Amino acid sequence: MTPPAAQQSNNDILVVDDVVVRFDTPDGSVTAVDHVSFGVRPGEFLSVIGPSGCGKSTLFNVIGGLLGHTEGMVSVAGVTINGPHQSIGMVFQEESTFPWRSVTDNVAFPLELIGMPKAQRIERARHFISLVGLDGFENRYPNELSGGMRQRVSLARTLASEPKILLMDEPFAALDEQTRLLLGDKVLQIQQQLKQTTLLITHNITEAVQMSDRILVMTYRPGRVKRIVDIDLPRPRTSEIVGSEAFGRYVAQIWADLREEASRGMRDEEDHMMHPAGSKS
Amino acid sequence: MSMTATTPVRRFSLANALPALTGIGTLVTFFLIVELLIQTDMLSRFIVPPPSEIIASFPRVIVEEHVLQRFVQTLGECLTAGVMLTVVGVAIGVLMQRIKLLQQACETWVAALASAPVVLCYPLFMVIFGRNAWTIIMMGFVAGLPPVILKTLEGISGTRKVLVNVGRSFNLTSSQQFWKILFPAALPTIFVGIRLGLIFALINVVGVEFLINFGGLGQLINELAERYDLAGTYAAICFVVLVSVLFFMAVEKAERWLTRAE
Repeated sequence: MTPPAAQQSNNDILVVDDVVVRFDTPDGSVTAVDHVSFGVRPGEFLSVIGPSGCGKSTLFNVIGGLLGHTEGMVSVAGVTINGPHQSIGMVFQEESTFPWRSVTDNVAFPLELIGMPKAQRIERARHFISLVGLDGFENRYPNELSGGMRQRVSLARTLASEPKILLMDEPFAALDEQTRLLLGDKVLQIQQQLKQTTLLITHNITEAVQMSDRILVMTYRPGRVKRIVDIDLPRPRTSEIVGSEAFGRYVAQIWADLREEASRGMRDEEDHMMHPAGSKS
Repeated sequence: MSMTATTPVRRFSLANALPALTGIGTLVTFFLIVELLIQTDMLSRFIVPPPSEIIASFPRVIVEEHVLQRFVQTLGECLTAGVMLTVVGVAIGVLMQRIKLLQQACETWVAALASAPVVLCYPLFMVIFGRNAWTIIMMGFVAGLPPVILKTLEGISGTRKVLVNVGRSFNLTSSQQFWKILFPAALPTIFVGIRLGLIFALINVVGVEFLINFGGLGQLINELAERYDLAGTYAAICFVVLVSVLFFMAVEKAERWLTRAE
């Protein structure tokens, strides 16, 4: 386990340095992310885990450039990020395929934006469709696919833009457990094949341990780095690893950290229900 | 986890044709019931002519009343109004969505216009455009405009946030964001507006033709009603229905072509 102080090194491709995010609300300023610092090494798979409301998705939006931060700095390969950046590819929690485009056209979308000739981009798109295991579905439309297949289309579309960092926000949250495990295998396989630096935001411990090299555990509101856990499990991994003893130990260890934070979150929610804002004396 | 898929082949089957056959069957049954009620004097033939008489009057209406020429004229007026309300309505809807002040200032007025009996303004339009086809076209255009504006506004504003965020994550320019995400996402809702707009336009085109006794099928209905030719009047109304059906088929085709799988 690494203490929160030693979170960055010189060869990190992504650096999140002392980031603070505050929101102004009618009840005053609320700190969602509080002095968060960490780095991600090239080719590494890092997961950020924490209870609901700990600011994981806020952090995802800040790193992706969709949301501004109040203090601190985010940089990719030494370049400071102040907005959406081509070196970061995002896969969202909600279903995000374009319903009016076929699978091929969805995946070819980022290639179309850079002006790649049609024949070339279709060929390139087919490569990524094949990578996510959707051969034969190239001409189908999203409404003809299952939820898991649509998420794979989204993943292929993001990979087609060849980002330096793949940023995923609970991409399997809406899927059933079996599909989630199998998709986890697929993502791992792709990540190993492409040596793709990946940052996964999740609240699922099994998913995080199955896929990650390191797991960053966040505290409940305000979101801070509680601990960074190195996952020393052999690679290549598949979902079969979830039955191993070592896997169980990591899950128990992270749950011990998370339990305290999740309980705090529950108590806070109950307190809000009992004493809504403005009703406190 | 690799999977393969085969493209489904559509074949004719009774199950596929059943809804259309049921629709036609219902219509035929309705006409047979009306015919029966009239023939047994339960319904006055001076109020509703027997369907058999209406069918028999078709050749006379086509040959003597030049219905095809009038049909083309009404179709042309509706088409012109339809193209105008689509282009102008969508443009105004987009503008209102982009400029919040404009939306806040005008949305209620546009909604109010949608329920206003615009057809009563025909004397004003006659003063402006004269007793010609433009009065009819402009009446249809103005009457059909509000639903297109409102539905365009609703469609673009209702685009799922995650799709907008996908666009932002790919660093799209404002113009790319509109043409590649907002507009295609809004198309199904915009087409609902166009369909509604066309209904309002068609009602107003035929209504004003009737009122000012000028032009196509509306004028013919007026003349036949004046002559108390009930069978002919209903036959002419059938041609108005045909205009409506043709428009809806064309809009449906356009929608399928533009939105593909949706």
